[in-house]
Amino acid sequence: MKAAEKSRLASALRADGDLKLVPYVMAGHPDRKRSTELAKRLAASGVAALEIGIPHSDPLADGPVIQKAGQAALENGMTVAACIELAGAVAGEGVPIVLMSYINPILAHDPRRFAAEAAQAGVAGVIVPDMPVEESEPVAGWLRSAALDTIFMVAPTTSEPRMDTVCEHSSGFVYCVTLTGITGARAELPTGLKQLVANVRKHTQLPIAAGFGISRPEHMKALRGVADAAVVGSAVVAEIDAGRDPSALVKTLLKACR
Amino acid sequence: MSHPVRGRFGPFGGQYVPETLMGALEELENVWHEAKADPQFQLELAGHRRAFVGRPTPLYAATRLGEHFGGAHIHLKREDLCHTGAHKLNNAVGQALLALRMEKKRVIAETGAGQHGVAVATVAARFGLECTVYMGTEDMRRQSMNVRRMKLLGAEVKEVTSGSKTLKDATSEAIRDWVTNVRTTHYIIGSVVGPHPYPELVRDLQRVIGDEAREQYLFADGKLPDVVIACVGGGSNAIGIFTAFLDDKDVALVGVEAAGSGLQSGKHAASLVGGRPGVLHGTYSYLLQDGEGQVTPTHSISAGLDYPGVGPEHAFLRDSERVEYLAVTDQDAVAAFKLCTKLEGIMPALEPAHALHHAGVMARQFGPGGRILVCLSGRGDKDMDSVEGS
Repeated sequence: MKAAEKSRLASALRADGDLKLVPYVMAGHPDRKRSTELAKRLAASGVAALEIGIPHSDPLADGPVIQKAGQAALENGMTVAACIELAGAVAGEGVPIVLMSYINPILAHDPRRFAAEAAQAGVAGVIVPDMPVEESEPVAGWLRSAALDTIFMVAPTTSEPRMDTVCEHSSGFVYCVTLTGITGARAELPTGLKQLVANVRKHTQLPIAAGFGISRPEHMKALRGVADAAVVGSAVVAEIDAGRDPSALVKTLLKACR
Repeated sequence: MSHPVRGRFGPFGGQYVPETLMGALEELENVWHEAKADPQFQLELAGHRRAFVGRPTPLYAATRLGEHFGGAHIHLKREDLCHTGAHKLNNAVGQALLALRMEKKRVIAETGAGQHGVAVATVAARFGLECTVYMGTEDMRRQSMNVRRMKLLGAEVKEVTSGSKTLKDATSEAIRDWVTNVRTTHYIIGSVVGPHPYPELVRDLQRVIGDEAREQYLFADGKLPDVVIACVGGGSNAIGIFTAFLDDKDVALVGVEAAGSGLQSGKHAASLVGGRPGVLHGTYSYLLQDGEGQVTPTHSISAGLDYPGVGPEHAFLRDSERVEYLAVTDQDAVAAFKLCTKLEGIMPALEPAHALHHAGVMARQFGPGGRILVCLSGRGDKDMDSVEGS
């Protein structure tokens, strides 16, 4: 078990009666300027942390909404360096920033350089959805040396012995994937979620953020007292994709967190 | 923690997948190791290979092709004579038996040329499994006969409209389906790609090609060939025929990738010749990508070779210089398709037509004493439209 509260992310995400909210935006979607503005606005809206996605051509864990946003970002010429720069601009708002990237753009950028530049920009942690703990050291080693948190995921299919390993390697928080599936808003939360989070809780003292499929105020209510935080991705990205400011949605969700 | 070399070929391979799939990969690895050691399973597999797949496939002396290229001896390993028309069924049968062993009632697959899709739809029909095949829009257009076959066999063919609308995107969609339905579904990946244990599993199921061919060649000729040539997309027929010859140091091994419109044009699918290492579909191997780690679009007239990645064992065989990899253009492959059809009465698929072209090049180098073995991985009926339209 780790001395959790040394991490900015861990302190920011630990539930204190309220559920903490972590929205996700795709860097460079709908374009670079607008995504910077929207991310800054979200960061200043009372959320606990902000997740910023780095686009990838082959996002295996993502549903259609985030796939499309990533494609648009790539067409806008978004690079890893530009994503880190954007994260740096948003980090100025004072809320911890988590970068989410598939492993190949990090490898292409060079993991050591990626870690150094992300830390320099003021990023707090990194999630790599196609990097299970077994494959993590060549990247996570550099993240650790740069004092960045590495957040690993626990899924409903993760066995109890694996949960130990995943939690042991995670820092900042543990990301609990609520369902077997890809990202994307669902009408209802899966039935076994409460039990899943309780199981994860047995293996870690870190805060637990639930993600995948979470989109509605009633989901927030259901997660209060269960998880520490909720990650809302596709629902936020869909707002941006429709040309709307996602602040209204985030405000409604925040209200339901309390 | 796992052993550092588990699932690796040198630095290549690994398991770069979402956490949700890690349990299923472990289960598959365990079930495969149990099955491999189980004489009952081996007997059952051998029975299906004999009576359903049609093995052993013949080794054929392509004498008129040999004469045409200056007198070298060219032999073809006739995987085109497998039931459903390609080597793909070797793998599909084995993995269907594993699905049954894991008590999974649904199988999914990706397909490019449609040969793997047809093979999986076929075993799903044979063993009473529910089946969904993912196929890109572009491939559905150029391989429409195989789409009709899969539907008749009872499979659901799901059109993939994202990205380049070819094999890469079909594979991504199949993986997304698997992440969602992992508890009830087995993913029958069609090549020696994907996360561990797939590259090993598919190799083990395809090595029957080379095991048979080596024995047949020795029986027919009294010695081994000078060179074994196979086409490489993901690389399953190539690994299948190469594996038996890896320890025969005097046998040269050549893998032929798709040079499309030419390597200089940028419109090709030659990952080992023109790519650099990266992660796609769960494995670290050579990959066609830009400087930012984004996978780049590929082109080949042959849907089965039109893939930006390649099996990690090929990456290792390339770097260790055991196998030489080169690339052949669309134009040369079409010419070889026509030549083999005319001279031998055998219509090869466009994929092995790439290997046949290079067999001609090597035959001219060797002259009359040369002895060449080519893996004729599939038959060409499916490619009629592409060849006539080219």
